[in-house]
Amino acid sequence: MPSKVEKWKDEVYGNEIREHLMEFAEKGWDAIPEDEHDAWFERFKWWGLYHQRSGQESYFMMRIGTPNGVIKPGQLEVIGEVAKEYATGPVDNPEFGEAYCDWTTRQSIQLHWIKLEDIPEIFEKLEAVGLGTQQACGDSWRNIVGCPVAGKDKHEHVDAWPVAEDLHETFKGNDDYSNLPRKWKVAIAGCDEGCGQGDINDLAFEPAEKDGELGFNVRIGGGLSRKEPRLARDIDVWVPPEQAADVAHGMSALFRDHGDREDRFNARIKFLMDEWGPEKMRSVLQDDYVDFELETAGEDMRDQYSYNTGSQDGHNDHVGIHEQKDGNYYVGLNVLVGRMGADDVLELAELADEYGSGEVRLTQRQNIIVTDVPEENLDEFTSEPLLENYSPDPSPFMRGSIACTGTEYCSLSIVETKNRQVRYARWLKDNVELPEDHKDFHIHLSGCTASCAQPQIADVSLRGMKTRKDGEPVEALDIGLGGGLGDDPRFADWVEMRVPADEVPGAIKNLVNNFKEAREGGETFRDFVEDRDEETLAEMVDPEETDYHDPYMHNTKMTWYPYAEDDDMQASPAPTNGQGEPLPSDD
Amino acid sequence: MTTDVHQLDDGAWISVNDSREVNVSDLWLLARSDFCGCETTDFLAEGFVKVGVDYPDIQARIAGQCIACGESGVTDWLTVGRVVDPESGEFYGVVHESVHFPEKRTRLAHPEE
Ligand code: HEM
Ligand code: SF4
Ligand SMILES: [Zn+2]
Repeated sequence: MPSKVEKWKDEVYGNEIREHLMEFAEKGWDAIPEDEHDAWFERFKWWGLYHQRSGQESYFMMRIGTPNGVIKPGQLEVIGEVAKEYATGPVDNPEFGEAYCDWTTRQSIQLHWIKLEDIPEIFEKLEAVGLGTQQACGDSWRNIVGCPVAGKDKHEHVDAWPVAEDLHETFKGNDDYSNLPRKWKVAIAGCDEGCGQGDINDLAFEPAEKDGELGFNVRIGGGLSRKEPRLARDIDVWVPPEQAADVAHGMSALFRDHGDREDRFNARIKFLMDEWGPEKMRSVLQDDYVDFELETAGEDMRDQYSYNTGSQDGHNDHVGIHEQKDGNYYVGLNVLVGRMGADDVLELAELADEYGSGEVRLTQRQNIIVTDVPEENLDEFTSEPLLENYSPDPSPFMRGSIACTGTEYCSLSIVETKNRQVRYARWLKDNVELPEDHKDFHIHLSGCTASCAQPQIADVSLRGMKTRKDGEPVEALDIGLGGGLGDDPRFADWVEMRVPADEVPGAIKNLVNNFKEAREGGETFRDFVEDRDEETLAEMVDPEETDYHDPYMHNTKMTWYPYAEDDDMQASPAPTNGQGEPLPSDD
Repeated sequence: MTTDVHQLDDGAWISVNDSREVNVSDLWLLARSDFCGCETTDFLAEGFVKVGVDYPDIQARIAGQCIACGESGVTDWLTVGRVVDPESGEFYGVVHESVHFPEKRTRLAHPEE
C-alpha cells in the first residue's frame, strides 16, 4: 500500500504546488484548511519550505538551493536583504541576533521564521536575481553539490561547473522527475581533492580518466541518515562530461520507478543498492534507462583525495588564501557553525564586490569563499574588520566545527546544537592545545541520527542523546571518533555513549591530551584511532565537568524556543498572522 | 469523522487529525517490556515507526534507546493517547513520564503507515 505521503503527492505535487502556495499566502495562514495542514506542509517542502517544529506553527524554514554553492555577483546582497527583512522571529538568538543566514552542509542557504504571507514577495526578490527555492526540500532532485572552487581551482582536471549547471537547469522543475520516492542528492566534482564528497550522496560523479580522456566515474547509494550510513558504491561506469546528464536521467528514472514508495524509511536508493548490489544496478541502468553502451570505469584520482581526510596536508577544507588558475586568489572564510548575521552578510556582499568579482561560494563545511581576488587586493581585504570574526586563518577548533539545526527549529532533533557548538569551539580554543602538526581537527555535531551535520565523517562525531544526571534528564551526546573521507573513507566508531553535554568539552580535552601522549611518531589523529581498539579509545575519552558552562542542558525540545525568556510551550505566540500577531490556535 | 493518524517528517511526530500531538525526544518509562534487561526501560523516543488506532487508543511503535543500559530498537505497541469522541476528534495525550506497558498485538483496527 503506498504511504500517506504518496497519496498526497499523487493529488498535487511538483511545480503545480506553487499556485496553491501563492493563493494561501495571499489569503493568509488561516486559509489553509485545518484538516489539510499535513498534506500541504508535506507538499510545500518541494518549494523549499519546511514547517518549523512544535511551538513554532505558521513559521517556515526556507531553503534556497545554490548549485555547487555558487552565489553569483549581485545575489549575496539580495540574500542578506531577504534575511534581514523577513527572517526575524519573535525572539532573538543570543549568539546570532535577530536575523541570520545558515550556510549548509549541502551548499545551500537556510532562513528561518519565514511567514507564509511574505513568501510571494520573497520569491519575487530571489527570482529577480536568478535564485530560487524550488526542489530545495521534498522528494526531488536536491541542490547539486560539488567542489566549491570548480572552474577556479588549480587541482582541477575537468571543469565540473558547466556540468553541474547543466544538471541543475535540466532537472529543476523537470516534470519527469518531480515526484521521486524520496530525496535525490547528487554530487559532481572534477578536482583531485575529493571535495565533492560524492561518497555520501545518492549519485556521484567523480573525476576519472579513460583512454586519455577526462570524464567521471559513477557511484551510487551513499548517505548517512538513520544509523544506516552507506558509502556510495562503484557501479563500474565512466562517462564523458557531455554524457553525464544522460546517465543522470537514467539513474533518477531508475530510482523513480524502483524506489520503495510503500515505506519511506526504506526509500532512499542506498537501500535499493543493499538489495540489488552494484552489478544489478549497472545492468538495469544499461538495459532499461540509457540508449548507448556504458563504458566501464576509468582510472580515478581517489588516492590523491585530501578533503576531510584528517591527513593534515592538502585541502582538508577551503579556508585560507589559495591561488586560482587564472592568477587571482580565493579567500575561504570560516563561518562558525555556518551561521552568519544578516548585517554581516550584507557587508560581505560589499567587500566581495570591492575586492573580488562579487561572486562568493558556499562549501560543504558551512564556510564561505570569496573568489577572484587579485593579488594586490589581498592585504587590504584580509585586514577588513569583518574578517576578524570570519577568519581565513582561524583556530582549528573554530574551523573544524560543523553543527546542524537542532532543537532550535527542527522537529526530529533531540538536543540543542548550533549555540552549543559555538560555546564548545570557544572553550576548546582557549583550553586545548592540539599537537603542532595538527591544523585540522573536525568536530561535527548533529542533533539526531538524521546526520545533517555529517557526524560520521569527522575526527570527533557528536550525536544528540539524553541521559540522567542526579536523576534528572539532561541533554547528552554520543561520541564517535576517527571518521573521514578520502581514498579509504571510514565512518566514526562510536566509543562513548550518552555523555552529558556539559562534560563533552572535558572529554575532548582529555582525548587530545591522551592522544598527544600515546601517539607514535607523526601519527595523525585519524590513523591513531584506526590503529586502536574501541576499548582503548573509550578510556581516552574521559568525560568530566570543567569550567565550561552549558545553558542548554534542560531538554530544550520541550520549550517553544530554547532562548526565550519564558520558554514554556504554553508561552509560544505561534501560530501568528502575517504581522506576527498571535492567532487563536486549535490546540 | 474517522480519526486520521500518521507519522510525519521521518517519524519526528504523530499527527492526529492534522494536529501535531506526540513528538520525538521525550522520555517514556516502559514496564514489563522485553525491550532491554532493565526493570523499567528509560526510553528515549527517537522516531515513530508505525502508528495506528485501536479505538479509543492511538498507538505507536517507537524507535529509540534505553538511556540506562543503551539497548536500542523498536518498542511493541504503546498507547500514546486517546480520541474518546471521534466526532470532535479531540486528542488526549498520555503522560509520557508515567509508567507504560507496551503490548504485542496481532490485530490493528486501522493500520497506518
Ligand atoms: C526540519 C527538519 C530538518 C532540518 C531543519 C534539516 C536540516 C538540514 C540541513 C541544514 C542540511 C544541509 C542542507 C541541505 O540539505 O541542503 C541537511 C542535510 C541533511 N539532512 Fe537534514 N534536515 C531536516 C530533516 C532531515 C531528515 C528528516 C533527514 C533524514 C531522514 C535528514 C537528513 C539529512 C542528511 C543525511 C543530510 C546531510 C548529509 C548528506 O548529505 O547525506 N534531514 N539537513
Ligand atoms: S541532524 Fe537531526 S536535529 Fe539536526 S537538523 Fe538534521 S534532522 Fe534536525
Ligand atoms: Zn535498559
